[in-house]
Amino acid sequence: MSSSLLSSILFVVFVAFTLVLVVRAGRSNKQSSDFYDGGGGFSGFQNGLAIAGDYMSAASFLGIAGTIALFGYDGFLYSIGFLVAWLVALLLIAEPLRNTGRFTMGDVLSFRMRQIPVRGAAATSTMVVSIFYLMAQMVGAGALVSLLLGVTDPNAKTWIIGGVGILMIIYVTVGGMKGTTYVQIVKAFLLMIGAILMTVMVLWHFGFNISDLLGAARDASGKGEAFLQPGLKFGKEIHVNPIDPTSAIDAGKTLISKLDLISLGMALVLGTAGLPHILIRFYTVPTAKAARKSVNWAIGNIGVFYLMTIALGFGAAALVSRATLFRGFKVDAAGCLIDAKNVAIVDGSNACTTMDHIKDMAPAAKALIVPVDPSGNVAAPQLAQFLGGGEGTTGGAVMLAIIGAIAFATILAVVAGLTLASSSSFAHDLYANVIKKGTATAKEEVRVAKISAVVIGAIAIVLAIGAQGLNVAFLVAIAFAIAASGNLPAVLYSLFWKNFNTRGAVWAIYGGLLSALVLLIFSPNVTGLPTSLIPFVEGGVRFDYFPLANPGLVSIPLGFFFGWLGTVTSSERNLAKYAELEVRSLTGAAIGKAVQH
Amino acid sequence: MSSKNEKVWSDTQASPEFQDLRKKFRGFAFPLTVAFLVWYFLYVILTAFAREWISTPVIGNINIAFVLGLLQFASTFIIMWLYERHSSHSLDGPSDALRDKVDKELAK
Repeated sequence: MSSSLLSSILFVVFVAFTLVLVVRAGRSNKQSSDFYDGGGGFSGFQNGLAIAGDYMSAASFLGIAGTIALFGYDGFLYSIGFLVAWLVALLLIAEPLRNTGRFTMGDVLSFRMRQIPVRGAAATSTMVVSIFYLMAQMVGAGALVSLLLGVTDPNAKTWIIGGVGILMIIYVTVGGMKGTTYVQIVKAFLLMIGAILMTVMVLWHFGFNISDLLGAARDASGKGEAFLQPGLKFGKEIHVNPIDPTSAIDAGKTLISKLDLISLGMALVLGTAGLPHILIRFYTVPTAKAARKSVNWAIGNIGVFYLMTIALGFGAAALVSRATLFRGFKVDAAGCLIDAKNVAIVDGSNACTTMDHIKDMAPAAKALIVPVDPSGNVAAPQLAQFLGGGEGTTGGAVMLAIIGAIAFATILAVVAGLTLASSSSFAHDLYANVIKKGTATAKEEVRVAKISAVVIGAIAIVLAIGAQGLNVAFLVAIAFAIAASGNLPAVLYSLFWKNFNTRGAVWAIYGGLLSALVLLIFSPNVTGLPTSLIPFVEGGVRFDYFPLANPGLVSIPLGFFFGWLGTVTSSERNLAKYAELEVRSLTGAAIGKAVQH
Repeated sequence: MSSKNEKVWSDTQASPEFQDLRKKFRGFAFPLTVAFLVWYFLYVILTAFAREWISTPVIGNINIAFVLGLLQFASTFIIMWLYERHSSHSLDGPSDALRDKVDKELAK
């Protein structure tokens, strides 16, 4: 039996099992509000697993393992940022949020503000962040399928993206928060089992000696000691002559590249606590104490998982050949990737072809350059195949199938969480409180939430099909940067700053959101490089006026600044409501009762 | 929102029990947040600007960069444990007592 058939069977089993769970969860929903918070009765342990399931996206599992496999140490930076970020949620956000809100991020932001402007802003940023994140996951699903199942037909990819979209819509509309939570718990469990299995096998292969594992990865990488040191992907030293590593260092470009690394680190550590689909998970438990316990469980799970990415990533680098990691490419003597015509691929290494080098190339050679930024997304599944016994063996096929099916399950659980977060915010913030001004019944609200889940799901399907060529890591970075710039400042000010008011909240959200988006548009992500969204060609358009690929370093402080500026330029103060917010946030008094405005 | 309820909230906020709870929470969570952020950004800045030092081998192929990275994991687990201990020892009790008191007064 081929691994693609086995993979498909395992995935169908997962889908069937979770559909049963979701339908049963949907039947057990007693009141309309269960759609949003799953009844609010999950335990800290259950919710901790669900948070881990919601958080560890395909970008973490496949992306980090792949980045380590290709660029060595630098991939580990993602693992650290994604984990440390949870301390922001634990120390400042989880408990007060549980105590002062009911269903959405907008509940907390608008607690003591004028409802219409603040909820409108909260719903906007919730949907923008969620849709970018959704696109990333669904594009990833399409790419994964073609690699795992050997499908290269673009129509097949489109069908897969559509299929994933339809499944997530079913999960959300039928099961609501409760059903989605069950799917995430099952997925977190499977993902941990899969990662533990592979990690033990990799470590066993190297006699449980981490140093040997790293040494083998270094030797196989073709990049020498640099593979175990930071700098192959982020914060690179850029030389005046990019193809000559002995030439002088270009101080200006090198500084920008290092600032970009710090900017990425900032978005990673501050973005998590501003992700709406993570924030609403704290409402599924009954008390602040349970919210805290769930973050503890989540940190435990996520921490162990990210530690395992070291073994997975370096294991793939050591055991799977580089030519396989970059399918269709070969490696030349300098360790650079070359394509079938012996032309170097832009590969993040100093010695390899870079933009400046391309400029001097003959037009014929230029035409052969493939503007790819290899993501290594298939490193983990390929490692699984090797660990099972290699290509062509039954063991290899079984391991590949298992890990492939887990990767699908991962994507499915995350997209369901995102669809739920954005449809909840649309129905509860925008429809019930802005359009109907609080007169909608709970039943109407949930009906609108289900309809909006279908609409948002459909939009995400269409966008993802159109965005198939985009880099998954880029889309995830946008979502994190916007969450950190637009949501986190507003949430923190709301919970802890007495004078914060309507104008402050609106300016913080739109100011941070727009700063991040505008800087991204004028960054090298969009124009100016062969790897840009609009690949740069000689004499082509470029408006990359902002040099950093990650906007966080500028846009996150701007989000805080706009929130402060809006607050001090408006005389509105609501000290009575702040007294209520503060007492509720620390004590949990009046929890579960409708927030009255 | 009746003015009676408003008075319950503002009276509670002004009460010494609440001020004490607030101080115990903020006095622990805020400095700890600053500390872990400083420690994290120190690590990120070192990976960006102290390449030679951070690449020094410690044991076998494990260099300072790996050790610092693993210490970030360790510090995250330790801070989680410290906060859990602080919360369950010093915050949960007073917080629950205040919640019951406020809920009783709101129900009056």
